[in-house]
Amino acid sequence: MTGNIVRHIMDPKHLLDVDGLRADFPILQQHVHGKLLAYLDNAATTQKPLQVIEAVDHYYRTYNANIHRGVHTLSEQATAAFENARRQIQKFIHAPSWKEIIFTRGTTEAINLVAQAYARPLLRAGDEIIISEMEHHSNIVPWQMLAGQTGAVLRAVPINDNGELLLDAYEKLLGPKTRLVALTHVSNALGTINPVKRIIDMAHAHGAVILIDGAQAIAHTVVDVQALDCDFYVFSGHKLYGPTGTGVLYGKEKLLDAMPPWQGGGDMIKAVTLEKTVFNDLPYKFEAGTPHISGVIGLGAAIDYVTRIGLDNIAAHEADLTTYATDAAGGIKGLRIIGTARFKSGILSFTLAGIHPHDVGTILDHEGIAVRTGHHCAMPVMEHFSLPATTRASFACYNTRAEIDRLMQGLKRCREIFA
Amino acid sequence: MMFDLKSLYQEIIVDHNRHPRNFGKLENADRVAEGYNPLCGDRLNLYVKLDDGRISDLHFDGSGCAISVASASLMTDALKGKTLAEAERMFNTFHELVTDEHAPGPEQAAQLGKLAALLGVREYPARVKCATLCWHTLQSALEGDKTPVSTE
Repeated sequence: MTGNIVRHIMDPKHLLDVDGLRADFPILQQHVHGKLLAYLDNAATTQKPLQVIEAVDHYYRTYNANIHRGVHTLSEQATAAFENARRQIQKFIHAPSWKEIIFTRGTTEAINLVAQAYARPLLRAGDEIIISEMEHHSNIVPWQMLAGQTGAVLRAVPINDNGELLLDAYEKLLGPKTRLVALTHVSNALGTINPVKRIIDMAHAHGAVILIDGAQAIAHTVVDVQALDCDFYVFSGHKLYGPTGTGVLYGKEKLLDAMPPWQGGGDMIKAVTLEKTVFNDLPYKFEAGTPHISGVIGLGAAIDYVTRIGLDNIAAHEADLTTYATDAAGGIKGLRIIGTARFKSGILSFTLAGIHPHDVGTILDHEGIAVRTGHHCAMPVMEHFSLPATTRASFACYNTRAEIDRLMQGLKRCREIFA
Repeated sequence: MMFDLKSLYQEIIVDHNRHPRNFGKLENADRVAEGYNPLCGDRLNLYVKLDDGRISDLHFDGSGCAISVASASLMTDALKGKTLAEAERMFNTFHELVTDEHAPGPEQAAQLGKLAALLGVREYPARVKCATLCWHTLQSALEGDKTPVSTE
């Protein structure tokens, strides 16, 4: 599909030492309702390994200081660690320059930044923005708000009943009025992996700028923003084994440079008089105020951790779990998988006939199994399938086949209770 | 903490979920209200017929989890024929008993009759709203409020 950009290679030489990995995650050692925790809600947030927890702890214990300001030792140490994380991220997503890595609070803030600082000054009434039916609310609402502010029109690429984007329809939506396309790399509600390289090339062929929402992709596939040639790529740190409250906006330097700042404040300036301000250079122009220093340092540690394991190995392990879970789900009476795309990430979204997902969630919780139930902040997806909600199990590097067996046992228990 | 799942999904709850009483639209209802829980997508419509200060008939329809459907079913059963003042008292008692930090004693629970089966939600804070959605919707119907009730 997308060549070396999304790699799901099963290589038995590189199967993970999952027991070893699990020992890195203190939270996984606990019991919930008397049962060992089986954490299958990784699309919501991943757990944090000791390496991340200790990096944050070490910062607060030994070199907590504000960055880019002080000449004292601690400030210099903190600045070096913070900026080192920026370079780690640059390398991780293969960005050409460290100046193209902007720290945000998360994916949501990064999308809002692009909507308000890139798109808003540019859009005129009647211009078009393309999103899709499978977007998370965070990649819908900022564009709706922008449309309201500018008179631009929002268009959505439909999906089929497997949960795949209809690329023919996308091609038809693209036109001379298209200014911007904002699409997800991987669907959080369905697990679909979109053919982003093709989607990006199609947008560019029509002169449109494109943002890829990588929130559900970043911890599961190798992302190479240069090979993809996307204009913006956004993701959150907390879905990548890092702290909450951290996120990244990657943007092509040429675009970021031309954009006005988003928020004003300290750190984003070169000089301020009471009349006027000279703004700072990239990336600081977009980083007003004291950032989440400990979080960014923790995110750096998370990237070290994932890199050491190898994203290809994680992807192979999660692909194995997904296949195993999909097969096992076939043996549960009344279970219907929502999201049956040909290329899928480690997400199993489903309904159980006659049992509401919230009841499933409560019963599974009783078995020590954490899953997400609800609309997954993707209400248009639910509407497409005429469902109020689904139950979603989502996998990470530390999950095991044994946990999936327990999930299936738990679903049988749901059937018994409502028999 | 260990809680028995059976205290939440008692037989009566499972039964009312599978065979909800007073289910379906009520033609010529005097009051109608819509309730919505955005967290889980539960939606219900409540239809009330009033006769001289009494709830002469009460129906609901919609979709939701077992707790919300059973709660609405049990509520409609319990309130038929009650005066508005009695319904109000019942709402207050029910609401207090499912949300109060102290567990109700057997005497208090007895005031609720069959509704006491829903007290199991006390151990599941995220599920309390499932049990109270129909009651808030009723309140809105009786107050004649036209905006849909949301639990969020």
